[in-house]
Amino acid sequence: MSAAPDPLVRWSIGAADAERLLAEAAKVRGESLWSDAWRRLRRNRVAWWCLLFLAAFTLTSVLAPLLPIPSPVQIELNALLLPPAPPWQEFGGRGFTTEAFWDLGAVDRGMLGLRQWIFGDWQTGHWLGTDAKGRDVLARVIWGSRTSILVALAAALCSLLIGVTYGATSGYLGGRADNLMMRIVDVLYSVPFIFVVIFLITIVNEYRRTLQDYYGINREVVFYVVIGAIYWLTMARVVRGQVLSLKNSEFIEAARVIGASTRRIIFLHLVPNVLSIVIVYLTLTIPAVMLFEAFLSFLGLGIEPPKVSWGLLAVDGVEAVSPLYVQWWLVFFPAAAMGGTLLALNFLGDGLRDALDPRLRGKD
Amino acid sequence: MSAPLLSVRDLHTRFRLRGGLFRRSASWLYAVNGVSFDLMRGETLGLVGESGCGKSTTARTIVGLCRAASGSARLGDVELTRLSRRRWLPVRRRIQMIFQDPYASLDPRQTVGSILAEPLRIHGLATRREVKLRAMALLDAVGLNPRHIYRYPHEFSGGQRQRIGIARALALEPELIICDEPVSALDVSIQAQILNLLKDLQTRFRLSYILISHDLSVVRHLCDRVAVMYLGKIVETAPRQTLFAEAAHPYTRALLSAVPIPDPTLEAKRRRIVLAGDVPSPAAPPPGCPFHPRCPERARVAGDRCALEAPLLAARAAGGAHACACHLSETTD
Ligand SMILES: Nc1ncnc2c1ncn2[C@@H]1O[C@H](COP(=O)(O)OP(=O)(O)O)[C@@H](O)[C@H]1O
Ligand code: SF4
Ligand SMILES: [Mg+2]
Repeated sequence: MSAAPDPLVRWSIGAADAERLLAEAAKVRGESLWSDAWRRLRRNRVAWWCLLFLAAFTLTSVLAPLLPIPSPVQIELNALLLPPAPPWQEFGGRGFTTEAFWDLGAVDRGMLGLRQWIFGDWQTGHWLGTDAKGRDVLARVIWGSRTSILVALAAALCSLLIGVTYGATSGYLGGRADNLMMRIVDVLYSVPFIFVVIFLITIVNEYRRTLQDYYGINREVVFYVVIGAIYWLTMARVVRGQVLSLKNSEFIEAARVIGASTRRIIFLHLVPNVLSIVIVYLTLTIPAVMLFEAFLSFLGLGIEPPKVSWGLLAVDGVEAVSPLYVQWWLVFFPAAAMGGTLLALNFLGDGLRDALDPRLRGKD
Repeated sequence: MSAPLLSVRDLHTRFRLRGGLFRRSASWLYAVNGVSFDLMRGETLGLVGESGCGKSTTARTIVGLCRAASGSARLGDVELTRLSRRRWLPVRRRIQMIFQDPYASLDPRQTVGSILAEPLRIHGLATRREVKLRAMALLDAVGLNPRHIYRYPHEFSGGQRQRIGIARALALEPELIICDEPVSALDVSIQAQILNLLKDLQTRFRLSYILISHDLSVVRHLCDRVAVMYLGKIVETAPRQTLFAEAAHPYTRALLSAVPIPDPTLEAKRRRIVLAGDVPSPAAPPPGCPFHPRCPERARVAGDRCALEAPLLAARAAGGAHACACHLSETTD
């Protein structure tokens, strides 16, 4: 046997060239499928505006404590059921207090403090009217959106972390492991979750003092856990199906041949390649979760007053519907906020599906 | 003679077909049905045969992508068919594979740089910085622009992608590369370039190849020895010159008769052997000689021997390199 070949003959690039080449390489960077999809999403007017709307909506909702709006729970007995007054009629006035708020988290309290420091006790007028207890509808819609976003976030996170991991693992392992994992999903699927929610919430209500004081479990935690538990199931199935069709492709086999571990293949090769479907699917899941939250809160099983949620606003709205007085603003504004958000999510989902479709790549 | 680099003996791989409701009546598809060959260091072995005859499955079994039902494949003194995942890892550095479809064999979400870096990362062969340099060197070695490490596979042509696939196989500096139809998905004009590249790399990196193809003219360029497969079995193996000059197996002759000859006068005189019928299903291989339902020369064997008795792959001359699995070749010599 001859000696090992001279490495310089094998690899023609020397250290001196390397620096220059690396610098030049950075200039001819390619376009990833993600940035290509992003570019095509921007060309889709409707989807792009929906994305902007949703971004603005999310920002407003997250920064709600900073906004100079009235407190959503401040009862004003001298301002019951005021119809909407546009800003040019009644721009705002003094009177903001933080007394009536429920226990806010530290971040929210901080933001409220900052708001008071900036605006003092100035607050906007009742631009969207007030409800039967004299609470500002605009403030309630904005604060209510926080609940929806929180629930959507919880479900999205569960879908992404549990659903994607579970589905990808199950699909890639295949065989008996896949069988077992999918049977578990089937079993969970067959549980009628609405009853489970009712059951759990009833129990929590019964023992709420004990649970709250000793275990720190309150109704909302149960609520989020249950929603998370439902919404990763479908994602797991979707991802598994995609992985099944991907796992025999040559690039996965190539990864196995170079010695990639199962974990590496799942998280570095399979998951990035199913992520586009996951994203599209999330835009379908999130509206469903928001509706589910509103539905449960409407039934009195979800968020409880004094906290605000769109479901609770719907309750107020329903109570306001009477043949004698038409307090349309109590129904219209919450419904518009919710409908607008759900529609925007749907249009965005459509746009994403087109933008992420590999068959349409490169075209506009 | 030195010991072979890769030695495959009586390799079997089968796939379970969808059986009855309770899988009791499961039947098997015998994709690789007793394959044996040796590969010497520095040699190129061509593995040819019609599509579906089990060439890819043979390759995939050797590199551990399929589980062998029985038989052995030894790389040096390592038995590949029974390696655990963990034991495979160091062996990956010695044996690599190039895939058929350049559009499917590269992860579309990764840059070329990270595709080439992955083997080095997995095996801990280079630091973060060296990895980039090595990726550039690899691109350079396969005739691509080393500045393109931050590009994505979809920005390259089919031939260029196949070069990236070759670079990935080279990254671990293996001794043996199995090329599964490396050019059949490419334009004819590009095929020669890729084959030449493989040839160059062979001398530069002291590689041994198993070159799989359904096309004898591809094999002719590059191989030292050729093995012809039919229905999961090797029916003839010979040095390239011998095979093209004096093929012994009726199936090989039929294959050769279909290869176009560049010379028009010879081409006109050439007699094409057209095989009757289709390739039988590997789920129900015919008894006796697997080729007998289609063999044009079966009548020359006395009695019904072809349908009853399977011919063994036997050297035609004692100690010779030319072996053939046909009753005819036993009797004529
Ligand atoms: N994963 C698989 N499951 C079931 N059958 C398979 C599988 N892979 C290959 N086969 C079958 O095995 C036989 C040999 O296939 P293959 O090795 O791909 O042939 P070749 O590469 O020579 O065209 C074919 O009949 C094919 O249908
Ligand atoms: S053994 Fe018989 S059937 Fe088989 S190839 Fe030879 S002649 Fe043909
Ligand atoms: Mg094949």
